[in-house]
Amino acid sequence: MSSDQPRQSIYDSTAPSTDTRDSRIGEGADDRFNSKLREAFGSTPFILTKFDKFMNWVRGNSMFMLQFGIACCSIEMMHTYAIKHDLDRFGAGVPRASPRQADVMIVPGTIVSKFGPRMKRVYDQMPEPKFVVGMGSCTISGGPFQEGYNVVKGAEEIIPIDIHVPGCPPRPEALVYGIAKLQERIRNGESTPVVVKPYELEEFGDLPKDELVQKLADDIDEDDLVMRYNWADSP
Amino acid sequence: MSTGLERDPAIELSDDDLEALLGDRALARDDHLNAPGFVVRPDDVQSVLSDLRDEAGFDHLANLTAQQYADRYESIYHLRKYADPTQEVSIVVPTTTDDPVSQSAEPVFRTADWHEREAFDLVGIDYEGHPDPRRILLPETWQGHPLSEDYNQEKPQLVTLSEHANPVQPDHHDDESDTMFLNIGPHHPATHGVLHIETVLDGETVVDVDPDIGYLHRCEEQMCQQGTYRHQIMPYPDRWDYVSAGLLNEWAYARTAEDLADIEVPEYAQVIRTMGAELCRIASHMLALATFALDVYGDFTAIFQYGMRDREVVQDILEDLTGQRLMFNYFRLGGVAWDLPEPRKEFIEKTRDFLDGLPAKVDEYHDLLTGNEIFQVRTHDTGILEPEVAKQYGCTGPVARGSGIDYDLRRDDPYGYYDNLEWDVVTEDGCDNYSRVLVRMQEVEESAKIIEQCLDLLEDWPEDERTVQSNVPRTLKPDADTEIYRAVEGAKGELGIYIRSDGTDKPGRFKIRSPCFHNLSALPEMSEGEYIPDLIASLGSLDIVLGEVDR
Ligand code: SF4
Repeated sequence: MSSDQPRQSIYDSTAPSTDTRDSRIGEGADDRFNSKLREAFGSTPFILTKFDKFMNWVRGNSMFMLQFGIACCSIEMMHTYAIKHDLDRFGAGVPRASPRQADVMIVPGTIVSKFGPRMKRVYDQMPEPKFVVGMGSCTISGGPFQEGYNVVKGAEEIIPIDIHVPGCPPRPEALVYGIAKLQERIRNGESTPVVVKPYELEEFGDLPKDELVQKLADDIDEDDLVMRYNWADSP
Repeated sequence: MSTGLERDPAIELSDDDLEALLGDRALARDDHLNAPGFVVRPDDVQSVLSDLRDEAGFDHLANLTAQQYADRYESIYHLRKYADPTQEVSIVVPTTTDDPVSQSAEPVFRTADWHEREAFDLVGIDYEGHPDPRRILLPETWQGHPLSEDYNQEKPQLVTLSEHANPVQPDHHDDESDTMFLNIGPHHPATHGVLHIETVLDGETVVDVDPDIGYLHRCEEQMCQQGTYRHQIMPYPDRWDYVSAGLLNEWAYARTAEDLADIEVPEYAQVIRTMGAELCRIASHMLALATFALDVYGDFTAIFQYGMRDREVVQDILEDLTGQRLMFNYFRLGGVAWDLPEPRKEFIEKTRDFLDGLPAKVDEYHDLLTGNEIFQVRTHDTGILEPEVAKQYGCTGPVARGSGIDYDLRRDDPYGYYDNLEWDVVTEDGCDNYSRVLVRMQEVEESAKIIEQCLDLLEDWPEDERTVQSNVPRTLKPDADTEIYRAVEGAKGELGIYIRSDGTDKPGRFKIRSPCFHNLSALPEMSEGEYIPDLIASLGSLDIVLGEVDR
């Protein structure tokens, strides 16, 4: 089989895959909001329901953002944090340099193939519950660069996104609105289901041995993590 | 200087002189609109370039364009002089399709190192004798060369994560040494975006630095090659140097395309352009200052916020003028999109207010930054970039001017309205991080002077001569095989564009010469042997923006 032939379930056709979209609409809340206590006691006790409500309220009102600059949108993101727009007024404005201290990741820019695995890794390093705001049209579809050979067609190809803020770049006001919406959802305990993601980090040895994999077999270790981009399947 | 024939580098050589200098190494002429062009054999590259540099004074390898034609590959070396950038010459090196191998120019110009890696990466030309023939923008495991003719974009690609070795690990450079490998970035607050720096440390001293770029390679050149000249390309330049420097970048495209298609720009529009561009420069330098303070002090509260405060004002003014805060898309080929906003008086007053307040703000920055003892200790005599080294790497803009190189395209290769205005080129000869900061701060004041004069002009401009655009045909189709390289002084330095037209309404090849790409490539020279905090300061003082480095 030649390497430009897509394979397997999601590689089956070159038509845009709708699995992802359907599962996004799928069943209600995921378990991101559940505390360990709740797991232990089951779902009914009154006191824990109140406790969950309280926790959600707390989460929504004190969000630590990940300091994460990618492209042009990050300039407007900096302005959102800074004087005049001052995101901190809404309890969501302290940028954290380490993903391990952050609750919310704003993805401000174009994701390209080389950065994809890195972003996935940073996302994985954030502790649960974590939320993502996609800023700008690049994180929705690749934006102005959608046709580029190297551009991932939207951040949702790699990580789940809770709120999309459209614009190129969105004004700081728009980003503030997007974050306020996210806070509202967190307080209400709503969340987006975690979606099926086409691009995962996989061990090289686990990939089906098609032409591309065989060609690279000498260069890459069996247990190296790789991300495989099937451009033909991209929306 | 091999001949001992000491020429003044600024003295102009005629085409005949150049032809005589090259002798029979020049196989043919291939003139470009901006410069005479000579075709040379792939194995004569080094001898031709070093003669041009040493005997004729072409000491600035401004750009290298690689492209593929139906029957051959071509590398074009665009040379000009630091002393007088209007003197240019292009060296065209064709290679066959089956075996595209050309001699590397790296021994003559250090900056050819990264350029040739890029040419290999995107187009697929091999450079013989290149010290480090790796990909530069795309991942090592990439298949194919995306700007070559037979590239299939639909094919899947694999990208590994292990390229990024364990962030901190012992490094076995040799048995003796006790060095450590340290990964900085691509997600790191001090890298100003998504830059990855592989460093080797001996204690706290930097032994080796290797910037790894390409985390924001958004295929800008491909995008521009797919757009039509008239309207579809202009939005992209805004996104190269996205630090509010949009109008400066748009001007690079406008200048190149206008010269290519022979379009006149009304004088009134030139004044508006000049004013807008300088506002952008102020905004961009403010951010450079703010983030530099963030890098050196970790100061998120005072200086950073001050910088942001001032940027907000500039962005407001620019929004009034162009309709957007960041991605202006305001220039059109042959002018600008529209006139100053109404009521004009109010706009001019608002801008004047900003300019009036500026000296006090600059004083404040001087108090906080340059007058501060800690800052001086951190930045004096760190990150030294000698002028000769800077030239080897093709550094331009505030980085070059901080090393005493008196090079500013606004004055040396005039365009727009700069020629008719009173202002100075700022240089400092400390060659260190401190000088680069000083240059930027003084440039803010010079820009303010320029804006001031533009405002006066705009205010008194005769009412019936306020033409903002000349007549431009709806579809532009420059003659096939016209080639041009033109540059403007962007916020970070010489921002140039090479366009080859192929007779259609879209460019056949569109190559961007990014100042940050060159400036960043000099980072190892500045930081090897210094402490690691100085590396961060040097990186900050280069003021790179990854959108422009990676394009
Ligand atoms: S959406 Fe627009 S402004 Fe934002 S990163 Fe993409 S191109 Fe830049």
